[in-house]
Amino acid sequence: METTDIGLWGVPLAMLGGAIRVSTPFIFVSLGEAITERSGRINLGLEGTLVFGAMSAYAVAVMTGSPWLGLLAAAVAGLCFGLFHGWICKFPKVNDIAIGIALMLFGSGLAFFFGKPFIQPSALDLPAIPFGSWSGIPQVQAALNVNVLFLIGAALAVFLWWAFRNTRIGLIVRVVGDSADAARAMGLNPNTVRLLATGVGGALAGIGGAYLSLYYPGSWTERISSGQGLMAVALVIFARWNPLGCFAAALLFGGAGALGPALQSVGVTQGYYLFYAAPYILTLVIMIATSSPSRTLAGAPGELSITK
Amino acid sequence: MTDKFLLSRRDLLKTSAAGAALGLASAAFPIRAARAAAATVGFIYVGPKDDYGYNQAHAEGAAALKGIEGISIVEEENVPETVDVQKTMESMINLDGASLIFPTSFGYFDPHMLAMCAKFPDVQFRHCGGMWNKDKHPMNAGSYFGYIGMGQYLNGVVAGHTTKSKKLGFVAAKPIPQVLLNINSFLLGARSVDPAITCQVIFTGEWSLAVKEAEATNALVDQGADVITCHVDSPKVVVETAAGRGAFVCGYHANQSPLAPEKYLTGAEWNWAKVYKMFVDDLVAGKPLPNFTRGGLADGFVKMSPLGPAVGEAARKQFDATLAEMMKGGFSVIKGPLKSNKGTIVATEGQAFVETAIELESMDYLVEGVVGSTA
Repeated sequence: METTDIGLWGVPLAMLGGAIRVSTPFIFVSLGEAITERSGRINLGLEGTLVFGAMSAYAVAVMTGSPWLGLLAAAVAGLCFGLFHGWICKFPKVNDIAIGIALMLFGSGLAFFFGKPFIQPSALDLPAIPFGSWSGIPQVQAALNVNVLFLIGAALAVFLWWAFRNTRIGLIVRVVGDSADAARAMGLNPNTVRLLATGVGGALAGIGGAYLSLYYPGSWTERISSGQGLMAVALVIFARWNPLGCFAAALLFGGAGALGPALQSVGVTQGYYLFYAAPYILTLVIMIATSSPSRTLAGAPGELSITK
Repeated sequence: MTDKFLLSRRDLLKTSAAGAALGLASAAFPIRAARAAAATVGFIYVGPKDDYGYNQAHAEGAAALKGIEGISIVEEENVPETVDVQKTMESMINLDGASLIFPTSFGYFDPHMLAMCAKFPDVQFRHCGGMWNKDKHPMNAGSYFGYIGMGQYLNGVVAGHTTKSKKLGFVAAKPIPQVLLNINSFLLGARSVDPAITCQVIFTGEWSLAVKEAEATNALVDQGADVITCHVDSPKVVVETAAGRGAFVCGYHANQSPLAPEKYLTGAEWNWAKVYKMFVDDLVAGKPLPNFTRGGLADGFVKMSPLGPAVGEAARKQFDATLAEMMKGGFSVIKGPLKSNKGTIVATEGQAFVETAIELESMDYLVEGVVGSTA
């Protein structure tokens, strides 16, 4: 194995690499949740969808030998979870947050149940594109090995940002999210729009799960997610429901998460628990800095049960 | 203790009511009543029991008891090291009638298992890795562990022969004594080959954090480490990530060679079946269970994975010689003169701690040559 001593450059490099490697599940889950919340619903169950997506992707990849079929399975499974949430929530007096929590536990439990036989076998990974091949330094090559899902996620963020502003479907989702009465006056059925928005959100979360089990860290275990789905839901609020903001927040989280291991690897070993808390401290600081007691959150959809 | 049997009228009523309720319950759930087992043994795992690691090693040990006449097993996995484990123990005792419980994760011991020991004096508790002390802890508690640091020393010997960069990497969960002993043993094993070798350690802070373990492995490889080992609950992610980056790996807990057949050098594995059978044999025979059980390679508590294809001739020779030395007993990994990586003296000239030395179980330092800190 060829190695080059990169010393302290390892820290920014690890953060860059970490941002690319770790952020993808956050990107997909938070974009999915952004679509759902823009339509006026909150789906807290995406953590369960993420875990179930990871399991189903891995299971299908093991059984068929194709990671792409695994990815498809995860998206379909996520879609089903999303549609289920959307369908239950259309009934009057159903609380979407409570259903979300129930689905989170249900999704994880179901994934653990079906996932038992797939912990041991190995599946083929999703391919990565070696953007670092221009560099002679192996560490740079490794950091710039970018998975296709990351690129799709980035493109999707830009597309959604554009689509929310400029397309008919984007406007429909937003009007349903901001005022169900206005939507009804326009002849739209808010429940149908929310059903589809939650379904699409679930499918994206499923894809995020597939990335976890099929690329990085690249295996199915019951502890694969460790709360990433929940964090991603929080990122949507942090990003003020803006898809580009979701992408940036996911990158920030991925990069900050890589800080702890990277600093230890160059010999900064004191207080690593503090470095591990860095992403959360950062979130708190930004939330406090941008909050105001005199107005509601900018960009918050008016129909959300937490802002209504 | 004779007045224990003098029941007051109220107690008698209570007991008979409970007995009647129990009778009803067993009539309603004939499965429980039909259970013929003489004793029920409970196992509690902190993670999934097929994790290619710590919990799998214990579950394999538990599975080895299933053929024993009169013994039935109850297991619960994914139990956090919180008050949850107390609830699990209570339910194993009250609902399943467990008379011997093995809470297998480090954090279960104090205060959770100790609280249950006080509450259920008739039930035996044996904890994996804890420091049972007869002055401080009740007699129905106890602990067992294996000297797996010896295995990590052997890992280090092979790693020391294999490394080209003279830098090893260690992904560790938490800086507790067993983990520190493993890190120190791994480095000292490597330094028995070449005293210039260093070992970079990264603590992830938790027993099972897949993404952070992958990040830690990548960071170690980025810094030039070319042989990686770990002490986390499930080494699967570390082994796959390190092999994917082209580094060699030494395994831990269980045999991970199927995950990276070309890059896997060897590994330190548990052999809990031996330990659990020992306890259960005592239980069946009605003998008091030992409170403090320890064993190493020679006792069969610990074993090594078969050497992988990348292990060279010199490494193989030294591995075999060191292993033979350890099997004789009395081998010391920590021996003077030895300094910690903060410069304090941990063993003076001529001082040696054999594997059974109790001082090793309260280790709070990393030896010279390990890059990392315990806090």
